[in-house]
Amino acid sequence: MVAENIAFGVIALAMAFGAIRVVTTKNVVHAALWLVLVLSGVAANYILLAAEFVAVVQVIVYIGAIVVLFLFGIMLTRAPIGQDSELDNNQRWAALVLGLLLFGVLGSVLAKAFGRQHVHITSVQRTADVADSVFTTYVVPFEVISVLLLAALVGAVVIARRD
Amino acid sequence: MLLNQFLFLGAFLFCTGVYGALARKNAVLVLMSIELILNAVNINLVAFGAFRNNPVGQVFALFVIAIAAAEVGVGLAIVLIIYRNRRSIDITGVDLMKG
Repeated sequence: MVAENIAFGVIALAMAFGAIRVVTTKNVVHAALWLVLVLSGVAANYILLAAEFVAVVQVIVYIGAIVVLFLFGIMLTRAPIGQDSELDNNQRWAALVLGLLLFGVLGSVLAKAFGRQHVHITSVQRTADVADSVFTTYVVPFEVISVLLLAALVGAVVIARRD
Repeated sequence: MLLNQFLFLGAFLFCTGVYGALARKNAVLVLMSIELILNAVNINLVAFGAFRNNPVGQVFALFVIAIAAAEVGVGLAIVLIIYRNRRSIDITGVDLMKG
């Protein structure tokens, strides 16, 4: 139990630092690399919560595909590689106040609602159970998401095509 | 492990993402902030799934990951066409539909 809490503390600190760097760094490519740190931290949290399949999917889809897509987006839009002081707009102080306010509200509600309830992980949640759930109870949303992915693929090609 | 430690981490990621989405000018950085928000939601879903010892949390986290992939694909296509038309992806200048 203690080892899990120490691991969580280290991962959470790294993730918090990485997330702050993603939204404050002056370099677009560095933002993508800090995002990789945050996404790996999320995958590590899934491991701590004994959700192995989601952790592997997180690594493959997010770190493997989405971050590469972001780097391609940065390249194709010829963002200035290196320092760029023109990345923030003039409403950043209002945004900071809103973010802190939101965190205060969410934090107080969570502290009141869940107090000191513990997560008891007795065994790893098996991938077979997840698969059973996907293909029985949630088979219709699963098929809808396949169609959504196809539509997004066709839409992205149609939008980005030069005609 | 407390349930709240995961929920607080999720709340922190969510608020950081909201700040980034509001304060950034570069469209690619706004999309990255939206990814932070979606990951915060996923941590909450998986944490509640482990709390209730129920695989449904993981199922919905997988759905959210699939939708995030679709969202990034279409979003970057839109960013590319904005770049092609305006030679910049500063979204403070994209205000054609402002009333």
